[in-house]
Amino acid sequence: MELDPLLLSRLQFAFVVLFHAIFPVFTIGLASYIALLHGLFYKTGNTAWDRLALFWTKVFAVVFGMGVVSGIVMSFQFGTNWSNFALATSNFLGPVLSYEVVTAFFLEAAFLGVLLFGRNKVPEGVHLFAAIMVAIGTFISSFWILSANSWMQTPAGYELIDGRFHITSWAEAIFNPSFWYRFTHMGMASFLTGGFVVAGVSAWFLLRQRDVEANKKALSMCLWLLLVLTPAQAVIGDFHGLNTLEHQPTKLAAMEGNWETQSNVPLLLFAIPDQDTQTNRFEIGIPDLASIILTHRADGEVPGINEAAPEEQPPVAIVFWSFRVMVGIGVLMIGVALAGLLLRWKGRVFESPLYLKTLVAMIGTPFLAVLAGWIVTEAGRAPWLVYGLMTHAQGLTPSLTGAMALFTLIGYMAVYGVVFVVGIYYLGRVIGEGMLPGSDEKDSDEVERPKRPLSAAHTPLEGDDIKGANA
Amino acid sequence: MMGLDLTLIWAAIIGFGIIMYVLMDGFDLGLGILYPFAPDEESRDVMMNSIAPIWDGNETWLVLGGAGLLGAFPLVYSVFLPALYIGVFLMLAGLIFRGISFEFRFKSKKNRHWWNRAFCWGSAVAAFAQGAVVGAYIQGFAVVDFVYVGGALDWLTPFSVLTGLGLMAGYALLGATWLILKSEGHVQAWAYSIAPKLLLAVLVVFGIVSLWTPLVSLEVRARWLDQLHLIWVFPILAMACAAMLYRSVKRQQEGLPFVMALGLFIFTYLGLIASKWPVIVPPDYTIWDAASAPESQLFLLVGMIFVIPVVLAYTAWSYWVFRGKVKVGEGYH
Repeated sequence: MELDPLLLSRLQFAFVVLFHAIFPVFTIGLASYIALLHGLFYKTGNTAWDRLALFWTKVFAVVFGMGVVSGIVMSFQFGTNWSNFALATSNFLGPVLSYEVVTAFFLEAAFLGVLLFGRNKVPEGVHLFAAIMVAIGTFISSFWILSANSWMQTPAGYELIDGRFHITSWAEAIFNPSFWYRFTHMGMASFLTGGFVVAGVSAWFLLRQRDVEANKKALSMCLWLLLVLTPAQAVIGDFHGLNTLEHQPTKLAAMEGNWETQSNVPLLLFAIPDQDTQTNRFEIGIPDLASIILTHRADGEVPGINEAAPEEQPPVAIVFWSFRVMVGIGVLMIGVALAGLLLRWKGRVFESPLYLKTLVAMIGTPFLAVLAGWIVTEAGRAPWLVYGLMTHAQGLTPSLTGAMALFTLIGYMAVYGVVFVVGIYYLGRVIGEGMLPGSDEKDSDEVERPKRPLSAAHTPLEGDDIKGANA
Repeated sequence: MMGLDLTLIWAAIIGFGIIMYVLMDGFDLGLGILYPFAPDEESRDVMMNSIAPIWDGNETWLVLGGAGLLGAFPLVYSVFLPALYIGVFLMLAGLIFRGISFEFRFKSKKNRHWWNRAFCWGSAVAAFAQGAVVGAYIQGFAVVDFVYVGGALDWLTPFSVLTGLGLMAGYALLGATWLILKSEGHVQAWAYSIAPKLLLAVLVVFGIVSLWTPLVSLEVRARWLDQLHLIWVFPILAMACAAMLYRSVKRQQEGLPFVMALGLFIFTYLGLIASKWPVIVPPDYTIWDAASAPESQLFLLVGMIFVIPVVLAYTAWSYWVFRGKVKVGEGYH
């Protein structure tokens, strides 16, 4: 079989970026939660908030560290595998991605250090300020990254000269037509991820009767938060979908599995899209609902996939099913949040083992939803790298061979495999150790540095000497 | 055209970033390379502790330089990375393993030897790959119409292997002189004993590269030999640094060997720039060919003017906080 450098490069990029995305999507949400905990402690003086903040800051440090490590590779991918794309778009992507680096530097150097290591060295107010700045910093970082991505989806503010994009308006380019939808949707996804992980871990502690008071507080807070955020995310997602309908109709058609432009389009619950025949097999759907959602009229017209020539269509099955995974998880999340409200009303929210176990099981779902969502939006714009202007094939590094791409694909999988296994294992130990009594929490060493966030966690990597494990 | 040439400013920024990276990550990569040869585990702890608080900040320059290149000289980014495809992967893999081994070595007892290995091999591979980049840069790249058209392993020649090994020796020399500065007792004695050998290795490679480079590249030969040029000052100063380095090691001075090793690197680097200037993607493309649009360079410059002083201050502060000797059995846990 001929090794296709284009396919392998796409797989490699997908692997590296999806792997990386897991970490920031969690830390962005968690940073805001930590800032909130610090704020509550500052205001009420209740030490439960302080201990929660301390515990989650350790988790944050480990996950942030893994995000930094996996992110290094990202900044080189554009050049190694997509050099034509890098050169053509460098006038925009270069500065924007550089500003992300600049933001990250300020975040790490100035504020992360105070948050991780300054607990006993600066006044409480300064510590709170640092926590807030870290939370804001993570959002500014994602601002730049999502601006770059959105610009590739809905390019604006540019002029093409000799095959290279020149920016005519920075404001139009940075705040391009899909930017705010993507930014809001992704920010909300980060909150949901943080919320479900904190809820799940708190439930896990409650099932084991550890630190009951603090974990009840944390869980209760999370459930209120999720009750508001889960439906809000559905609304934002809907607006994002309408924006996609306007700017990338083919992607939206693929998400709906709608091949022909037509009215009275059903909302498909199940289908097997067949790219060869340009039809679906085994459709099960709710009549008219897709038309109603997208156009607010039962007989509203929805564009079809075959408006685009077959070679300009995305891989429909991947987009169609990833979209259903994302939305399905979203619906499940709303259900879990509502069940929490119901149980709270009956006063049994902390006593129902089934519900607590459900929350533990939900920990992985926001990550899955985020990955599925990114697959929808990235696979859904295929074959376009810069929508309507540059295809994946045009952006590929011309000198790249299939063998080279395969070598690095396997290589990155091996490297990330090791990092991930050790990192997740270690994260499990940090979480298993739980909240320590104040006096057991080791004071930070002078040599620990904010640019090495992992040094904020002191849990040993192996052995049975975890404190509190049998508590 | 605006009054001042943004491309020149950017060349200065990137050039500064590269040498900062080489000098600062150089000595800690060098300690990684020397790691398996250390006399005992105590010395290894001292070596690790002497760089633990600062190595991370050192790598800031790599990321800043990488992103800055895409923003200011995209042609460098879009030619070097495809041309050095395999080498870039090896360097990143090396840096990642080295990075996580730093974290987990201190948290691990039972499996510490594995993290030691990851630290050493990660450092060695990353250093070799960076040295090979220098060799590939001197050789030049097969570029047609702004696109790299060469093969996957064009960069891997006897010449680039030599520069790869040369940079490993150079980094090891920086590491040894750093250790002289930061250690005492038997660890320092060991560092004193290996420094001259490493210096010799560096000078041998330096000599071969200096003779070979004019053969690989006609432009370089013309630049150096057609007329006696002011640029001869760089190799002369580099040699002076090497001599001072040797003498200061023999006299058991503590700070001067490191300073002279830095000087040796700086003047060699300036000599290399002098060989190629203003070509940045050899053999044909100058910094102006490789530059991004002026409005993009300007947009990014605003941020850089802001961030570079902060990075420098942060770096200086880190080094100041951790000044002085690292003692056996003390430090990081």
